[in-house]
This record gives sequence, C-alpha cells and structure tokens, in this order.
Amino acid sequence: MKSDKYLNDTRLIGKPQRKIEGLAKSTGRSVYTDDLTFPGMLHGKILRSPHAHARIVSIDTSRAAALEAVHGVITGGDMPVTDGIVPCTPDENPLCLDRVRYIGDGVAAVAAVDEDTALAALELIDVEYEELPAFFDPHDAADADGSTPYIHDPKKEGRNGNVTKVVHLEFGEVDEGLESADVVVEGDYFFEGTTHAPIEPHCAIGQWDGAGGLTVWSATQVPHYLHRELARVLGLEQARVRVLQPLVGGAFGGKSEPFDLEFCVAKLAMVTGRPVKILYTREEVFYAHRGRHPFHMRYRTGADRHGRLTSVDAKILLDGGAYASFGLVTTYYSGQLLCAPYAMPAYRFDSTRVYTNKPACGPKRGHGSVQPRFAFEVQIDKLAERVGLDPIEFRRRNFIGSNTRTVNELRVTSNGFLECLESVERASEWSRKFRQLPFGRGVGVAGSTYISGTNYPIYPNEMPQSAVQMQIDRSGRVAVFSGASEIGQGCDSVVAYIAAEELGVPLEWVRVLRGDTDFTPVDLGAYSSRVTFMLGNAAIDAATKLRKLVQKAVGQAWDVPPGEVLLAGGQALWAPDTSRQMPIAEAFNLAEAAFGTLGATGWYNTPKDVHGEYRGGTIGASPAYSFTAHVAEVEVDVETGVVEVQKIWVAHDCGRALNPVLVEGQMEGSAYMGFGEALMEEHVVKDADHGRAGLHNAPSLLDYRIPTSLDTPALESLIVESIDPEGPYGAKEAGEGPLHPSIPAIANAIHDAIGVRMDRLPFSAPHVWRAVEAAREAGSLSKPAAPSSAPARRARPAAAEAVSAD
Amino acid sequence: METTREIVRLRVNGDLREAGIPPHFTLLETLRYGLGLTGSKQGCDKGDCGACTVIVDGQPTLACITPAWEAEGREVVTVEGLATPDGPHPLQDEFDLNGAAQCGFCTPGILCSAAALLERDPEPDREAIREALSGNLCRCTGYAKIYDAVEAAARRLQAQVGT
Repeated sequence: MKSDKYLNDTRLIGKPQRKIEGLAKSTGRSVYTDDLTFPGMLHGKILRSPHAHARIVSIDTSRAAALEAVHGVITGGDMPVTDGIVPCTPDENPLCLDRVRYIGDGVAAVAAVDEDTALAALELIDVEYEELPAFFDPHDAADADGSTPYIHDPKKEGRNGNVTKVVHLEFGEVDEGLESADVVVEGDYFFEGTTHAPIEPHCAIGQWDGAGGLTVWSATQVPHYLHRELARVLGLEQARVRVLQPLVGGAFGGKSEPFDLEFCVAKLAMVTGRPVKILYTREEVFYAHRGRHPFHMRYRTGADRHGRLTSVDAKILLDGGAYASFGLVTTYYSGQLLCAPYAMPAYRFDSTRVYTNKPACGPKRGHGSVQPRFAFEVQIDKLAERVGLDPIEFRRRNFIGSNTRTVNELRVTSNGFLECLESVERASEWSRKFRQLPFGRGVGVAGSTYISGTNYPIYPNEMPQSAVQMQIDRSGRVAVFSGASEIGQGCDSVVAYIAAEELGVPLEWVRVLRGDTDFTPVDLGAYSSRVTFMLGNAAIDAATKLRKLVQKAVGQAWDVPPGEVLLAGGQALWAPDTSRQMPIAEAFNLAEAAFGTLGATGWYNTPKDVHGEYRGGTIGASPAYSFTAHVAEVEVDVETGVVEVQKIWVAHDCGRALNPVLVEGQMEGSAYMGFGEALMEEHVVKDADHGRAGLHNAPSLLDYRIPTSLDTPALESLIVESIDPEGPYGAKEAGEGPLHPSIPAIANAIHDAIGVRMDRLPFSAPHVWRAVEAAREAGSLSKPAAPSSAPARRARPAAAEAVSAD
Repeated sequence: METTREIVRLRVNGDLREAGIPPHFTLLETLRYGLGLTGSKQGCDKGDCGACTVIVDGQPTLACITPAWEAEGREVVTVEGLATPDGPHPLQDEFDLNGAAQCGFCTPGILCSAAALLERDPEPDREAIREALSGNLCRCTGYAKIYDAVEAAARRLQAQVGT
C-alpha cells in the first residue's frame, strides 16, 4: 500500500473522534468537585452582606462559635492580605475587612458538621454596619465629587476613587478621517450585563495536613493562578500548596479567578484540621458574577462613498461593579480587539471603567469585545445602508487581508474572513432574502475576530505559557501529564489526539493525567481561547521528541534512515514499502532498549515581538486571530414586540478543525449563548425605583432566563480552515470568536424585517415593542429600501453628513 | 445541633437501598449524599435547571424538589442505571459519538429525560425531542448535537427492536 493512503486512513487529526472522557460523562462516572466527600468532612457557609455599601463597625462571632457541632468561624481579619487576579490591581479580600461594597459581599464563614448547622451558625453572627450612600449608576459613579465616600480609596489624592481604569488610545488621523468622510454615522448603544450561568455552581474543598501542606479541590478554570493566590494570601510556601481540578461543569469565564469560597475552605481546613467543603447556592453564583460588563457606548464611524471606512471614534463607559477583577484587561479589550477583520485607517477609543456597588464584572466568553462588536457591526450596517451597498459587499470591501498589521499594530497571520462571509451568504441564500422578505421577516449579517490566546501572561514572566510531559512504555501506552483546564471544551482529548497522531498508537492507548498542580507542568488556564493553540503546540513538541527516538531505534533495526520510518495506526512502517511493519509496542521496546526510559517535556511560548510599541500595545496581541461571520434570520411580531430567531448560520475560521465535532460544538454553543444575550438575558441589579437597591433582579435560573431547547434557533455550523502557519496543524481558536456576531446579526436582521434599529440590549419584547411604537409614530415602520445595485453616486458633500442614530 | 436522621428505603436502579437522612432531604440529596449516586447533579436547588432529573415510575422527575419519602415504593432510575452489563445505553453512546456532552453537567438529567421520552415515543420527531428536553437547561451545546444524539439513539433502538 502507498504510505500516503495508509496515513490518510489512520490519521486522527481532522476527523470526528470521541472525547476521552465522553463515556464517563454520559454514564455518570465522571467526578466533579461536589461529587467528592472525605472522612470527617465539614460543610462551610459564608455570611454575606445585606447592604450595598457599608462600614463594618463590629463583628461578634462568639455565639456562632459556641454552637454545638460548629468547628470553625473566620472573618476578614483571619486573611488580611489583599488579593485580585491582575497583580497590579489587587483590591479585594477573601472576606471583607472593614467595608462591604455590594449586597452579597462575604464577611464571615463557618464550618460545621453539616449544612443545617452551618446555616444556623450564620444566624448567630452579629455584625454591626454603618450604611453608606451607594452608587448604582455608572454615570453617577464617574461624576462623583467625594462628598460621599468613594467605593475604593483613590490611588492618588484628589482623584475619583470610583474610576478603576481609563484607556485612551489613538491611531492615525481620526478627526481628519471623520471630516473627509462622505458619510458619518453616529450612534449610542447600550449593552446590558449578562452572566455565565454554568450549570455547575462553584464548589471547593480544602484539606490541611497539619504540617504546612494545603490541598484544595476546586471547580476553577485557572488552577495555576489559584495555586499562586492561595499561597500568597494564606502565607504558605507555593511548593506546599496543591490545587486539584476535578472536571468542571461549565465556566465560560465565570470561574477564571479565585473566589471567596476557595480561600475560606482553605482557611477553615487550617483552623479545624478537617476537610471543609463549600458549595455555592445558585443565588450565590449570581452574586459572585464576574460576568459581562454593561457598556454604554458612543460610536462615530466614517466611510467614503465607495464604502471604505475612513475613521472610527469610540467612547465607552464600563460599569465594573464592586471590584477590579480583570477590569484592567476588559477596559483595553473594549477597544483593542475591534481593528479586524476590517481595515480602518484611523481609530480612537476612550474607555473608562468605574466601580459601582453591584456584583463585580469580569470576563465572559468574548471578554470585553462582544459589547463593542455589537455596536460596531450595527454601525457598519447603517453605513452600508447610507452608501447604498449590500452589507456583505460593504464588509468585503473593507477586508483587512491576511499577513498584515491592524491600525493598532497587532499582527494578523492567517485570515479566512472572506470565506466565512461567502459561506454564510451562500448557505443562507442571502441574495434572495436581504430586503426581499415580506415585512416582519428579515436577515442580518455581522462579522468579527478574536484572539487565540494572549501573548502575555497575567503576571509578567518569560516562562512557557503551556507545557506537557509525555511518556511511553513497553505496553504501547502513552501517558500525558497536562496542566490544561478541561471545562467541557475538549482540551484533554486534544492532547490525546495529538499524542496518538504523532506516536502512531490507537487513541484508547493514551492516558491523560490532568488537573493536579503537583504532577502536571504549568498551563495558565482555560481563558482567552488560548488552550488548543498553546497546549496543542506543546503536545506536538513533546510527542515529536519521542517520535524521533522511536524512528531512530526502528531505523537502526531495519537499517533504514529514521526519516523513512512512519508511526501510524498502531504500527511502525517503512515508508517506501508499508508492508514492512512492526507493532508499535515492539517499536517502543526497541527505543527503550536503545535510549532508556522514554519521556519528554514539550512546551510553547508566545511570540513577544508582534505588538505595538505603545503603553497597552501588548494587550490584544495574540499569536493568531480567528474570524467569524453570521447571518441571522428573524421574524418580528410588531404587535407584541416578540422577535423569533429562526436560524443562525455560523461560519468560523478556526485555522484547522482538529476534531470537527468539537469545533462545531463550540460554534453552536457560542451562537446559542450570543442568541441568549441578544433576546433574553439581563443581569440587572435593582435601583431604588424597582425595589431594594442593590438586590439582584433575578438570581435564579427561572428568572434569569437562559434559552431552553424551545427558545434556541436552528444553528448551522460552517467550518472554514485557513491553516495558520503557527497553530498546531494550523489550528486557531473556536471557543469564543463565534459568539460575537450573533448579537449584531440579529439586530441587523430586525432592521431588515421592520426598519427599526435596536441599539440597546436585550431585544426583549418590551424593548422591541417600545421601539416599534416610536417608529410607528415617526412613520418609519416599514421595510427598508433595497441597496442600489451600484455604489451611491452622489456629489461629495462639502462637510461630512452626520446621521444621528435611528 | 447535628440534624436528626431517619431511615428512608428506596428502590434505585433495581436495588433496594436504605439511607439515614435528615427529614427535609430531597430525593437528589438522598441519592448524592446518602447513597453515593453522584451522577445526578445539582445545578440550581429549586427545580429550574433539570440537571437533577431522574426517572420515577417511568416519568422524568426533578429530584431536587421531590421529598425523599415521596419516592418510597416507586422505581427510581438514575443515569447510573441506564447502562446494562452489555454496555452503555444507546443514548449514552450516541451522546459521546455526537459531541452532545461538553462539560457534561446537564448530561445525566438530559439522558433521563430522553430515555423516558424514548420509552413512551420510540420514534420522536425533532419537535417532540425539543419539547421533551425543554425542562433541561444546557449551557454548552446550543442543543443541536443533543438532538442529533437522541435521534441516532432512537434509530439504534428501533433497529434492535426490528432484529
């Protein structure tokens, strides 16, 4: 047989595969954190603030501590070290020291023999508060003058302590670009906050060995950062802290920093000498939050009469909630990730993040860039309409291309955005539908880009971002030690596919030891869509080192050059004549005899020279960018305001689909999540006009509505492969990028259906109905005009023609 | 003030089991913390998400809002009870093959809802599947691959009946 055909038949990469833990998950054998119990384990509970903003005058825990079967009570003073996921912005404590900053802030924790006793003990903790005026509106927080206490003390005298981060970046001649534009569109947009709502609530277990050794099991997506912070806050040696990560039941960014329960189970275990578990209630998950920031955005976007962008100007106010979290990064991402897939000669963004007395916001799938992408893609739709172009053609004309730099100097390698556009255009039968469906029905398009990991880790260091250790033994088995975080996306399977592919063993012979900081090399965590790209390259590195040894040993035995030895399909083969074969285990034995016990480490680090030389220029820099285009088809009932999304076509350039089933799963899950944010989801904290200010409006999975099977539209995934030169087998990310265009594609489809612009989220019936009524009064409730077949041929106006938001 | 416990007797996955539990325990707490059957999951603790779904006398049932004593004298089947000594239930196998379980946390509940559906309607169309799973929230998949898996399992079960 020709070796090419043999290799094609035995190759795993690019073909549908099972996940290595798939059957364990579907038979109920897989273990999540709350599935663990230990002898003598205690149950912990956290007492939470009933006030949005207050000073803690005193805490008396004596009555709780005296309760029978209560073994430990701790307060903020037991862990006084300030923490925070971004090392330069620490501003919180595991339990509050002297001030609470949102309803739900933790003030004390107990450990007792069972949950009932722990809850009873919380009732016996006496806290005296002095209430302070609170800020709920980010504009009020931004305008504060210090006449009432700021939410955090200002870093410098005279500053507004409510302002957590300001970023102002400008590239090219923005004002000139707007002045010279033939059309300028201005619009105000509001993106309501949303939350991750993984089905698994946060859970952690602490165990103390009584001699300096701490073990914490946690449903975290960043075990390495948790490891570091536990050691720092609790004053332990890093080498004596072990973090174990059982399987995680969904995360989406909501488990990407240390939470109070992880510090509390650790400290309570140290105090009591017994294992301690805390499982959040669903209500606590909503208050823990760290979800998508509400954004107030103003955009001015200019284009020439041919439909080419001339300039983009953005002003954004981010409502950060009570703590910094990842907010420094969010504030940069609010602008930095907008500069592709369209070329823009000039761009400015001015973003300010403020504290408010609400649950802290942080990263959610598509961190910081889903909100501006919504506004910008609607701006593009408005511009296309102004210049008389089909919005897909408008996007095509502004395509930035591959192997280029963005206006903010980010390096773009592979870029399959045009193929994505063509793919959704064809599959959705766009040309037959756009502006041609009857009133009430419409289609909309949007595009986006996203990072495949960040080039810079959260704490500055030169070490690899991801690594694996791999060993092969005499049975033919391959053991992989991986520090990557399996949160459902399939990274444990990806390293197994790569090991099997490179070493020629059946997938079932690969074992992955994972989720244990004692025994796996460091991977920084499941965030920023970094894992497949970085872990994949690390796995190829390790497997290649081992493969070369096996090829060399077999080559010696056969007296052929090592390069002619192939490892595939459970065999070592001679490439010129594949009938010459040897079982792979035998080949491994030869290699072990020749070179000793066989193990290798492999690692990946990001390129550090591909960003702009300006402050903040490293934020947004990624080794590769994914690209996405969506078309959404909707039906709008103008009498009720109900929007039904019938279908979303999702085309995504993932570089290369290592397992197309997993890639499609990420694309569909992303589009679903974006759909939910577009139509249903609102993470809203009440103001004084709507109940008790500071209370979450809907802290349950009944009232915070996420899409059920009956709500979710039909989803069609269209994989585009651009084969990135630096990705593993050409792969880039697929987990976050495909969320972005859902929301603007739906907004643009609503406009196509009824001529109404939805510039604020969500597009729920009350919001749509009000917009419909306003349009009815203004006489603009009608199908928009079809674009002219040729570009608009107007005389160029003397001054830019400003168009206010519809 | 450790809570007083009482004995509840349940027939679970064919076995008669006893557990000492506080009187307020739900069926879910009893399964997970009394009997060590941790396959059924707690996602919301108030009947909103469906992760706790088990099959009681053939009906998909929210174990997190079912008092343990209400299940006495009934047949309870959990995700651990779907497989046979011959192998996983076709639904379990097809969930793996089709990528229908990402994080896997909603999967046990969805499998129980789907298994109960296929018992009463062996050839459901997609609308019937959507309807039957509408009480089970999945946050990962967008449901598309779950429908594919249920349809594939139904075909396999029908083929088995045919042979």
